[in-house]
Amino acid sequence: MQLYLPIADLPVNVFLVLAMGAAVGFVSGMFGIGGGFLMTPLLIFIGITPAVAVASVASHIAASSFSGALAYWRRRAIDPALASVLLCGGVTGTALGVWTFTQLRALGQLDLMIALSYVVLLTTVGSLMFSEGLRALLRTRRGAVPPRRTHNWIHGLPLKMRFKRSKIYLSVIPVVIVGIVIGFIGAIMGIGGGFILVPIMIYLLRVPTSTVIGTSMVLTLVTMLFATLLHAATNHLVDAVLALILMVGGVTGAQFGARAGQKIRGEQLRLLLGLLILSVGVRFAIELVIRPEDLFTIRELGVNG
Amino acid sequence: MMRAALAVLLVLLLGSAARAERLIVSVSNHRVTVTPNYSGEELVLFGSVEKDATTPADRKSYDLVVTVMGPRADMVTRRKERTFGIWINTDYRQFLEVPSYLALFANRSFEAITSPEVARRQQIGLNNVRLTQRVSGDYADVVPNDAFRSAFIRLRTERGLYREDPSAVTFLTPTLFRTGIPLPAEVPIGTYQVEIKLFADGAFIGKTETAFEIVKVGFEQFVATTARQNGLIYGLITAAMALMTGWMASIVFRKD
Repeated sequence: MQLYLPIADLPVNVFLVLAMGAAVGFVSGMFGIGGGFLMTPLLIFIGITPAVAVASVASHIAASSFSGALAYWRRRAIDPALASVLLCGGVTGTALGVWTFTQLRALGQLDLMIALSYVVLLTTVGSLMFSEGLRALLRTRRGAVPPRRTHNWIHGLPLKMRFKRSKIYLSVIPVVIVGIVIGFIGAIMGIGGGFILVPIMIYLLRVPTSTVIGTSMVLTLVTMLFATLLHAATNHLVDAVLALILMVGGVTGAQFGARAGQKIRGEQLRLLLGLLILSVGVRFAIELVIRPEDLFTIRELGVNG
Repeated sequence: MMRAALAVLLVLLLGSAARAERLIVSVSNHRVTVTPNYSGEELVLFGSVEKDATTPADRKSYDLVVTVMGPRADMVTRRKERTFGIWINTDYRQFLEVPSYLALFANRSFEAITSPEVARRQQIGLNNVRLTQRVSGDYADVVPNDAFRSAFIRLRTERGLYREDPSAVTFLTPTLFRTGIPLPAEVPIGTYQVEIKLFADGAFIGKTETAFEIVKVGFEQFVATTARQNGLIYGLITAAMALMTGWMASIVFRKD
């Protein structure tokens, strides 16, 4: 069934988009991430312009993280204080991100920046995650105990605050900075940032695993809602029809993914996720290096009558 | 509809002026509606060449060139170049007020119809249609083999938005003709001008114009208009929709 996407200005097959939403939803449910880093490239791949893909995926991630956040809220696995501090940074970062997005689009370098950001971020995070997962896997094979967590330089920063539910005593500076960074890259790349945020919160901020995913989902939810609003108001690039199909597919797929994820061990899961992230990054890198099929592109600046 | 009616009236008025030949044309549909499951369609333009007393008696065959021009828009063509090992948009040209859809049809090759000189003056063929560019502050069209110009035409042609077909016009009788106007799925909305130019023995002897309109209807057009005119409200609705979907999913799939 063909459906015309009003903003992307392109007819697509509803079932194809629905299936893509479900597939990404499955992966996101399995790993407990938003899945934006998979969804945005897939949309670009089926011919939707990177700008529309980034802007529309924001609302799709908002939907999936909201259903996730509700579940974590019921289990009291969200730290409201930590989430609020993160959000102070997140909202600022998102606004900065959307502004940068608009500037880059006017310069004609938006697509390049999206691709470059994907290459740099995904290959880095992917290889880190992959090697970490590999080490953890080898460690459990040898039966060694994981190294004990120690405090790092971040815990020496001033402006400390007590986060009761997470049971940590931490400076707000790194938390706000993390929020800004995640909000910024999320708005430019069309990702929720969960796959970067969770490791940062665990390894750098030492947030306990009981509250880390729920809290990161709150940040994702609010930054993505805000990004949707700003992208819609400034660039008019959010395709609500596309977003709705993705949401429906995504939330459904996520349920099955979550069930599948419980059957796999944590280290293997991390290894798999690392590999997945790495391969998306490599794909973008290849695209940048090989000679494009067409050196020329056209962009319409608006119809005058 | 009003515009189309005016165009017809104009045709009649022009036609009644003292001319050797009169062109009478009409399109099969003056208002094409694009619905959500629209996947392209073809309009038919038909007409006839009417002779009158002043027509030279020895004039037997005519040639026709039909030009269809969609709503005009500004466009930018960018060129990628290899910089530091990766392909980056470096140079660009701005095309001003160029037709978003452009089709040129004739009953035989443009070269056979008229001389290059007349073809240039009458803008016959994609190479001769005026596409104004802004080149460092100047406004001008450039030579047909300019890299940006030809890339622009090639890309538009690949999307089915620019085309030339020197065999699309068929004469049913020596004076009665028809041609199809293919409109692809991603056709731009707006008013389309159709110019029909008549040639005989290589000379331009007259033209007439008509128009049709492409409108999008239904939910998707409503969405597109809202997104452009009330961006903030549209964003709020989309955000609310995201929350609703997420909330509903958490109810439907609640485990306990």
